[in-house]
Amino acid sequence: MICQECHERPATLHLTKVIGGEKTEVHLCEHCAQEKGEWVLHQEDFGFSFHQLLSGLLQGNTGFQESSHPLQPGKESQKVCSGCGMTYTTFKHKGKFGCATCYETFRQEFPPIVKRLHGGNTQHHGKIPKRSGESLQRKKQVALLKEDMQTAISREEFEHAAEIRDRIRSMESFSPPPDERGKE
Amino acid sequence: MSLDSFLSKAVSSWMNDEGPAGDIVLTSRVRLARNLQDTPFPTVFSEEKGQIVLSRIEQLVQKTSNSHVPLEFLELEKLQPIEKNVLVEKHLISPHLVEESRKGGCLLSEDESVSIMINEEDHLRIQCLVPGLQLNVALNMANQIDDWLESHLEYAYDEQLGYLTSCPTNVGTGLRASVMMHLPALVLTQQMNRMIPSINQLGLVVRGIYGEGSEAQGNIFQISNQTTLGKSEEDIISDLTSVVQQMIAQERVAREALVQRSGIQLEDRVFRSYGVLTQARVMESKEAAQKLSDLRLGIDLGYIKHINRTILNELMILTQPYFLQQFAGKPLKPTERDFRRASLIRERLQMEKQES
Repeated sequence: MICQECHERPATLHLTKVIGGEKTEVHLCEHCAQEKGEWVLHQEDFGFSFHQLLSGLLQGNTGFQESSHPLQPGKESQKVCSGCGMTYTTFKHKGKFGCATCYETFRQEFPPIVKRLHGGNTQHHGKIPKRSGESLQRKKQVALLKEDMQTAISREEFEHAAEIRDRIRSMESFSPPPDERGKE
Repeated sequence: MSLDSFLSKAVSSWMNDEGPAGDIVLTSRVRLARNLQDTPFPTVFSEEKGQIVLSRIEQLVQKTSNSHVPLEFLELEKLQPIEKNVLVEKHLISPHLVEESRKGGCLLSEDESVSIMINEEDHLRIQCLVPGLQLNVALNMANQIDDWLESHLEYAYDEQLGYLTSCPTNVGTGLRASVMMHLPALVLTQQMNRMIPSINQLGLVVRGIYGEGSEAQGNIFQISNQTTLGKSEEDIISDLTSVVQQMIAQERVAREALVQRSGIQLEDRVFRSYGVLTQARVMESKEAAQKLSDLRLGIDLGYIKHINRTILNELMILTQPYFLQQFAGKPLKPTERDFRRASLIRERLQMEKQES
């Protein structure tokens, strides 16, 4: 078998990646494998660099992944995170984000990566932080009430709108104790 | 220092206890990755920012008592290299925290069942370790500590993506649950290699916990979840637990089959290993791991009766390079370590004889 990268040397390294149920086979010669960083998996003994593999996964230009890769290199490389100055290029290289804001900054680029890493999932279904989770829920409710209020106003149901306004005010000014939360 | 008093300090409580399915499962561990909002992640932050995080956690521990466990604050910069590496060998902190982190720290409970790494890859990594197969117990412990920390800190959290982490592989629950298993019969009957790919297909990872690369020294394997997003913490843990339970069943079947088909050979192997452990003068870590695994299997099968089976947990850790150096009280060359390892094992097994 000939190396699929250089098409010259015989392929001595055969890798099978299974990501999100998708199987990819890679056949490389030692030289090309080393250049790609895939080789690290075999070379380093214990702490084999997972992040080298991950960053390989994030690089759109690895030849064998081109077809399945939805990222557009020209567009993404211009974004810079306002929180820590991370660029998408740096992220791809490191395989790690710099701060919480990065997730916001690269939100567009992110779903395909997340899907590939987490077996097709993009939505968290686990724990919600108790304290900040409450304020998140409150924010959500306030946003919904504001929409209701606008609808009421547009229908000229001013009394109803005033009621909603009062509820919004009270929600914004105090945090309900946990036992009252369920009643709303 | 005598071995007795060294042991009383060196041995964590999980090494001496046996939990559910303790004949096969050594420990269950749960790790939660958490980050602070508005502070860059440890992978990119300045030393100054790192110090702020570290001091904030230190103050938090000193000022607010968490009702569950008292925690001791350790600053990595203030520890000796041997001390740091002993913590690594006990799996309380990661090699990454020792080698690469800036302004790293650790919160440790006295029984070492709780360790919280500060400024590793994420600002906080809450780890809980319990003996045997009881991931739900470990998760409950971790959740309580998580709630306590969250009541004082602003976490980086996103409604869609959950807990935000430095590496996108941990985003969501930030949960890694892992189970450490002793599977000598599955290895002896060469079933392990066949099982690993199917376990991988279930989104779980299997790796040897000691030794290099894919080789599992002492037949000890760690099984953990790979994905952190999309499933709840409870689901992740119950899925992992059910796979582990199947592996336990397989291991038991394989042990029984070995005893029936080649009992005398197995018994011979166990006693040869026991002989080497009690007599050898020079022992490499790989050999020690293999012989200890045989000894433990012999204890589990009832061939050897006077030795406590937790000896494997204990000696696997105590015969690691930095532990030996801590016991010796000085740095040791590899050849000296092999000599010390052999004598520590001999002495420790001698203690078992006296006790019985």
